[in-house]
Amino acid sequence: MAYKIVASQCTGCGACEYECPNKAISEKGGIFIINPDKCTECEGHFDSPQCAAVCPVDGTCVPA
Amino acid sequence: MSGQIVSLAGTVAVPGGCSSKGNGACGSSGGASDMPAEIWEKVKNHPCYSEEAHHYFARMHVAVAPACNIQCNYCNRKYDCSNESRPGVVSEKLTPEQALHKVMAVAAKVPQLSVLGIAGPGDALANPHKTFRTFDLVAKALPHLKLCLSTNGLALAEHVETIKDYNVDHVTITISAVDPEIGQHIYPWIFHDHRRWTGLDAARILHERQMEGLERLVAAGILVKINSVLIPGVNDAHMAEINRVVKAKGAFLHNIMPLISDPAHGTHFGLSGQRGPTPIELAAVQDSVEGGAKLMRHCRQCRADAVGLLGEDLGAEFALDKIEDEPVFDPKVREIYMNVVEQERADRQDAEDQARRRSGGTGEPLLVAVATKGGGRINQHFGHAREFQLLEVDGQSVRFVGVRRADNYCKGGYGEEDSLEAIIKALTGVSAVLVARIGDCPRHTLAEAGITVVDDYAHDFIEASALAWWGRVMEKAGRISA
Repeated sequence: MAYKIVASQCTGCGACEYECPNKAISEKGGIFIINPDKCTECEGHFDSPQCAAVCPVDGTCVPA
Repeated sequence: MSGQIVSLAGTVAVPGGCSSKGNGACGSSGGASDMPAEIWEKVKNHPCYSEEAHHYFARMHVAVAPACNIQCNYCNRKYDCSNESRPGVVSEKLTPEQALHKVMAVAAKVPQLSVLGIAGPGDALANPHKTFRTFDLVAKALPHLKLCLSTNGLALAEHVETIKDYNVDHVTITISAVDPEIGQHIYPWIFHDHRRWTGLDAARILHERQMEGLERLVAAGILVKINSVLIPGVNDAHMAEINRVVKAKGAFLHNIMPLISDPAHGTHFGLSGQRGPTPIELAAVQDSVEGGAKLMRHCRQCRADAVGLLGEDLGAEFALDKIEDEPVFDPKVREIYMNVVEQERADRQDAEDQARRRSGGTGEPLLVAVATKGGGRINQHFGHAREFQLLEVDGQSVRFVGVRRADNYCKGGYGEEDSLEAIIKALTGVSAVLVARIGDCPRHTLAEAGITVVDDYAHDFIEASALAWWGRVMEKAGRISA
């Protein structure tokens, strides 16, 4: 159970990295990726996955 | 003198234009005449806070803050074009360390540099660690630079103490509505308190946070400029209310900017056919709120990585891969430049005062356009002008009323004829255009469109020349009243 970032849509702004409670998100080549081993879809932290809630491009942070 | 300024600046071409009098716009050509001395001291070298200063001083933005916490209907974060001049657009993101390197490089080559701002491309305060780390580095290396930041205000209130600690004494908040009913048509969502809010809730929270941030900044003694995006049919009738509210809360300056909207930008407004205001509509709204918080009319809506004087962008010259390894800032060059500016400012004011005495009276106000590269002089060839400064002159006063752009965003490949047509359209309502030089062909075409071309005042001070030109026209027509 994890989220992923659709690379072609990522603007590289890093808003998701800042909000992720699990430090599962990092920059790679100007865009951001989610480490599925660390991602919990924010369960136990917040009501909704923070990356998807803050991402400026809809449909970019989605269930893997 | 203007030649010296340009040579001091090395490769820098210095645009700029004209000055405001009385309560016409922001800043004052005379200096402290329409604001308290301690405020003039803060703004006199800040091109965005003083119309007068923007002829002499440069700012730069460093794009260390890519993340944003709200979505605006006029913004699309995926779009970037190197020719595009509008907020939110950058060509490269920087780390705070890279930003310092770039600031050092610009300071070494551009003695006009007075201000370092962080304006995104997202929101400065949605990236607080990067923003404040950058301020920390720059303040230590170049303590003479003023620091400022721009924000949507959502995360402002909790950072006011930090802003104060870093000696940031200018903050801009973008407030395009003070009524959530209207705000909901501008902001589709915000990210706040770990969740996404939409609709009226989003607009209400944003509004409350903006007001709290504004109040706290004012209480902390920080100068606040409010940017409002003018969106015809959405908030044009609301602009006077915004002006009233922000003035009552202590904002120093109100900058009403036109919506930039084009389907090619991929923004919600661009795609849904929401148009921006015409220059005439913008001026009408600005005029209608005059007398409220002081208005800014010289804004160029620059990019979040803009470098140079307002109206120019040297950003491409200072891309990271073009910067030398160890740029060295020489305070002596800056000092020489500051002395030149002091003298120029005094001479410009003297020239204006003399011209006013000579004009012989007052009468019908006329609108003139000026081609200038900066320094407060008419020093640009018509064909090189990408924008014109507009002045209203009536024999005794010269009022800066705005800037009209003569180019077009990111289109390129314009034919000569097309661009001249676009310029004539941009100069609607203008009686004369004051230039350093012009070709015979455009002179003729402009004359056919009812615009007189005047090149008799090449390299002279703008205000004095506008007054002298007005006197000449009115004397010929016999329409001066003492």
